[in-house]
Amino acid sequence: MNFTESFRIALRALASNKARSLLTMLGVIIGVAAVILLVGIGTGVQDEITGQVEGLGSNLLFVIPGQYGGGMGGDQAPPSRRFTLEDSDLLARRVPGLDAVVPVIQAGSTIKRGNQSLRVVVAATNEQGGAVFSGELAGGRGYRKSEVQAGTRVVAIGSNVRDVLFPGQDPVGKTVTLEGQRFTVVGYYVALGGGLAGDQDSQVYIPVTTAQRVFNLNYINTIVVKASDAERIEVVKADIRRVLTPRYGEEFTVFTQEQTLGLLSSLLGTLTYMLAGIAGISLLVGGIGIMNIMLVSVSERTREIGIRKAVGARTYDILSQFVIEAVGLSVLGGIAGIVIGWGGAELMAAFTPVPTNVTPWAVAMAFFFAAGVGVFFGVYPAWKASQLDPIDALRYE
Amino acid sequence: MSEGTTGPARTVLETRDITKRYQLEDIEVNALRGVSIAIHEGEMVSLMGPSGSGKSTLMHIVGLLDRPSTGQVILGDEDISNMSPNQLAELRNKHIGFVFQSFNLLSRTTAQANVELPLVYGGVSGVERSRRAAEALDRVGLGNRTTHLSNQLSGGQQQRVAIARALVNNPSIVLADEPTGNLDSRSGIEVMEILQDLNAQGITVVIVTHDDRVARHAQRVIRIFDGRVQSEEIVRNRVIAAAELKGLPPEEVAG
Repeated sequence: MNFTESFRIALRALASNKARSLLTMLGVIIGVAAVILLVGIGTGVQDEITGQVEGLGSNLLFVIPGQYGGGMGGDQAPPSRRFTLEDSDLLARRVPGLDAVVPVIQAGSTIKRGNQSLRVVVAATNEQGGAVFSGELAGGRGYRKSEVQAGTRVVAIGSNVRDVLFPGQDPVGKTVTLEGQRFTVVGYYVALGGGLAGDQDSQVYIPVTTAQRVFNLNYINTIVVKASDAERIEVVKADIRRVLTPRYGEEFTVFTQEQTLGLLSSLLGTLTYMLAGIAGISLLVGGIGIMNIMLVSVSERTREIGIRKAVGARTYDILSQFVIEAVGLSVLGGIAGIVIGWGGAELMAAFTPVPTNVTPWAVAMAFFFAAGVGVFFGVYPAWKASQLDPIDALRYE
Repeated sequence: MSEGTTGPARTVLETRDITKRYQLEDIEVNALRGVSIAIHEGEMVSLMGPSGSGKSTLMHIVGLLDRPSTGQVILGDEDISNMSPNQLAELRNKHIGFVFQSFNLLSRTTAQANVELPLVYGGVSGVERSRRAAEALDRVGLGNRTTHLSNQLSGGQQQRVAIARALVNNPSIVLADEPTGNLDSRSGIEVMEILQDLNAQGITVVIVTHDDRVARHAQRVIRIFDGRVQSEEIVRNRVIAAAELKGLPPEEVAG
């Protein structure tokens, strides 16, 4: 007997017990759908966040105060000494091969116009800020070097801010209020849209000097450096250390964009694996359901097994028949689970801010894992069936 | 269909002094205590004995479902006493056609698919398989019932499907275990008629029964008692099912 025969026999058996087959499959369907959906969310979030870091432009180095062996961000632990604008000027003068040196202050605030107000993130840089926050202007302009030097109260706003404060109007030249001060809008940005990037649409950009004045700060959060060429990143990193060490000792850290991405990826990757693991447990439970129903099926069909053996079925024929039946359950369940999980992920991406990305890799993984569950949990009942003595099996009532 | 014309025909299957012991809970049962029988090509023979005589055990060994504890089983000219269960399965597939008391058809399966079953395991596929199954069903008079499910057929029809299944592989022996046991008398006689008819066409038939009248449909009766062959005799007044059927009152309801 060949494989096609076993396959047809198994399918016929599944079809003759539709309700039971469906309920048994449900365990696998839920498990696979959960794996696909959760891994899709994990991958989507990972892509989104790393995409944002990559979207910052290339060849970037981040200089933050304090010592970090790992982890991200400049203001988690209070560093002993903060950077000032002097430091960024120093880097610009003393480190060769740079396209831009951008001092950055980020702060939360509320922007107002008339009776409208909106919670925003204020990102303050110098005129080279475009190297870091790579938004595209929809109208107007960014602030100029002269405005940075003078600490002028000018602002460029994200698309979301514009939609709330200036619905259907051109905001350029109008004024808004930020921290009790009047700012002139000089430009506005194209929407970056969707998902977690929504944040960037709610940002406003002002000169770093203005920010220091308005927020009453004498320091800056971070210095972002753009190397002129990818080959030079390690050299630039060493140069930055050389320049800053006399002033700060070991109390600062330089991250390359790659390191940052690596850290983020491994962190989010771990999260994805955890989600997959949790979903995998439900798949395992589905597998136990298959084993259970196959054991019931084998004892119910003892007589059938006896008949088959009497007319010439060998151990292998019976074994393969029942294994294929179990694998059929898990594979059909797996396919249904993939369809449901994938559909769910697409719906989620379309109707919620949670980004999802169902990769072929995740689909293949879930499919083969489901099939594997079928084989693993199907073998024991099938083996039991194949070992039945034909005489006893024929007598079985 | 003349009687006693078996002559010096070739031996299809032979047992040589076989015994069978098995443990039933803590008691050792000697089911067979040295049985030597021979089944010749083209004959119709009955294995007869009361329950507990060892007749079923002998049938299992003759049907290659079981192996003797000692002694030899010769199929054709090959000793198969020590073959593995898988080897026996292949030999059953080629050489033995079973007809059981309780029909033993696959439930909710068409007559055609039931008859195809031995061919499935014999590696016959496609058109050839359905042609041979249809032919076998035709031979037992069920050519018009091929697509009926087994549970839509009467007992007599089910047993005829079982006979078709037994025939489909051109076996050396058709082994019928109490083939009329679950049937009303008319259906029983019809089944015996088919078996006699097939035997007349040259097929070797072995009937296993406790019923003397059923046994006397054969040309020869081997009586088993207490695990031994008690007697072997040529049947003198062989019951001819076709004649019996004529003697019955006309059928009242369609089977």
